[in-house]
Amino acid sequence: MANMAQAIRMALNYAEKNYELKDIFGQDVGAPLGGVFTATQGLKTTWNSTLDERGIIGMAMGIAMAGDRCVAEIQFADYIFNTIDLLKIAGNTLWCTNGQYNLPMTVMTPVGAGIRGSVYHSHSFDAWASRLAGWKVVMPSTPLDAYGLLLSCIKDPNPCMFLKPKALMRVRGEELIPGEPADEKELKTRIDAPIGDRKNWKANWPNAEEYLIPFGKGKITRQGEQITVVSYGRHLLVCNEVADQLAQNGYSVEVIDLRSIYPYDWQMIKSSVEKTGRVLFVNEDTEVTNFGEHLAYRATTELFYHLQAPPRVLAGKNVPGIGLHPHLEDSSVPQKHEIAILIQQICAEVP
Amino acid sequence: MAQKKTQKKATAKPSSSNSSSSFGGLDKKILLQMHSHMVKSRVLEERLIKIYRAGESYFWIGGPGEEAWGVPLGMLGRIGHGPGNDFYHLHYRCTPTLIAIGLEMVDSIRLTMNRATDPSTGGRNFSNHYVFPKWNVAPVTSPLEIQYPIACGTAHAQKRFGKKAISIVTGGDAGTAEGDFASALILASRRGQELPLLITVQNNKWGISTSYDGQHGEDEIADRARAFNIKSRVINGNDPVESYLTLKEDMEYIRKTGKPAFIEAHVSRLYGHSSASGANPVQGEVDPVMEFEKRLLKANLLTATDAKSIWENFEAEGVRAAEIARAEMVPSADSVWDHTYVDNENADWRKF
Repeated sequence: MANMAQAIRMALNYAEKNYELKDIFGQDVGAPLGGVFTATQGLKTTWNSTLDERGIIGMAMGIAMAGDRCVAEIQFADYIFNTIDLLKIAGNTLWCTNGQYNLPMTVMTPVGAGIRGSVYHSHSFDAWASRLAGWKVVMPSTPLDAYGLLLSCIKDPNPCMFLKPKALMRVRGEELIPGEPADEKELKTRIDAPIGDRKNWKANWPNAEEYLIPFGKGKITRQGEQITVVSYGRHLLVCNEVADQLAQNGYSVEVIDLRSIYPYDWQMIKSSVEKTGRVLFVNEDTEVTNFGEHLAYRATTELFYHLQAPPRVLAGKNVPGIGLHPHLEDSSVPQKHEIAILIQQICAEVP
Repeated sequence: MAQKKTQKKATAKPSSSNSSSSFGGLDKKILLQMHSHMVKSRVLEERLIKIYRAGESYFWIGGPGEEAWGVPLGMLGRIGHGPGNDFYHLHYRCTPTLIAIGLEMVDSIRLTMNRATDPSTGGRNFSNHYVFPKWNVAPVTSPLEIQYPIACGTAHAQKRFGKKAISIVTGGDAGTAEGDFASALILASRRGQELPLLITVQNNKWGISTSYDGQHGEDEIADRARAFNIKSRVINGNDPVESYLTLKEDMEYIRKTGKPAFIEAHVSRLYGHSSASGANPVQGEVDPVMEFEKRLLKANLLTATDAKSIWENFEAEGVRAAEIARAEMVPSADSVWDHTYVDNENADWRKF
């Protein structure tokens, strides 16, 4: 099975061939490196930008304005903050021009902790991104979803943000990407650049097929009756693990992978919470004005009479950064045991 | 200011039989066309100020004083839609350029009076925040200087398209303090990856209310482009002939070489920065429209009667245009979600 970096690479290759994707660029995106997580190796349209995030986003807006599709990368989301007004403008260009200029651009950036990345390689961006009106925002938790969501982003005529959970870039999925060779080694041989001299290396791309995950469509990854847990990205896998663990103790936890942060699958959350009466939103962005808070607000106001317990949000602590030492990182972002304890507490609550 | 550099003249060959060297050999037809556009732009801007002062618009910002620079800029581009034509990335003092491209007065007034009929923004944005995809006029934005790296993006696409179209970007002198200006200089000039981009700065010596000396340490803004090996010069942007010849020469250079060029044009600011400073006239500045008109009269290329008639006709057009816009619909409250996404796809979370 492909890992997430390989899935992203395959999606980009598919889009080069089929969606007229003409530019994939950012810092170290082109040869020889092909991206700090190797997600852009061997592609035809990659190039290295200047070390200038505003230059990258500005260029992407101009390329899109001229009618070409592009994927621009900010190497780590921690460095995207100085582009925030450009992102805002990219999101409002269609609106401000009364529907005249759309920007078919995708920005992808690795997010979140989990690799001991310290203060400036661990930040999340989902809460910030959810406030960028006019953008569509997604975050996958599996390689197959990464493939399907990235293709949807590139094909879409609006600005789209593809948040890559960096801790999952080497994690393999359980489902093949359509057209992916079943043999992991074969895939590696064909699309992973060799170590050392790569001057004469060319990828031998598998004949991947179109696979689109629509925006605003979540996925139930664990069926359950007692409580709904909604997450995405890295923490979705953690929530799955906790649900499996608690199942051994008799808990029935339904886990929803939101996949798409904006637009989002409210109908899936609604049906699930109407069934379970309890809900927990989990993500690792900081907890004050967190995206999960918006969902919790909505669950409270729209599903109040179905609830057996107050909706809860478990998110990153509202501290200025993720410290390097594991004690600091682990106490800043939600951990498995914290999720498990909170689920049990919520399930124990009686109206 | 280094005067010798500001006086450097363009070396374009005379394009016609006009014998007057004071007009650089430019054809009478071009000279009169420039004059007409300049007058029209001035009359329009002053009409916009009157509309603002009458309480019929919320804000005015514009470019009286930049006509001698802006009009040739609009006249010389390859106008049309798509990467085979030139892209204009303008700022909010570019009415003269739009007039030269083909803007009707009424459409500028619709924008200022935020009418639903405003073809730029549908009543959503300030005066002079023009948008015209049919002419490759990119959206004018309030944040300063973001147009510079965006222009690099359209230039990149045009280079790939291969029809020798160029991107043109304009901005004020104080805005060059923003990092986006430096981003564009670097992106446009990387060796072997140069972009067909005309980078321009209209230096009116003011940054809102702060003078040039309070904003700059460099002698010339053009020096910053020279540091990146970009063909660069400073001109008197109050002289439409010098502007025309320089722009023509540099546009041809960019089309021929695929490399960027830079022009710093010294211009006047005849009114305050915007209505934020009262939109009041500023004393002691050169009026480029009146100066050019005097030259044309002196050279017998224009008669006083014709000049008077041109001003009066545009004044009347401005009054009529305001009457038309005044009677038109304003945006409806329920249109607020329109165009958040393409094809009005639902963007309202209440409906997810």
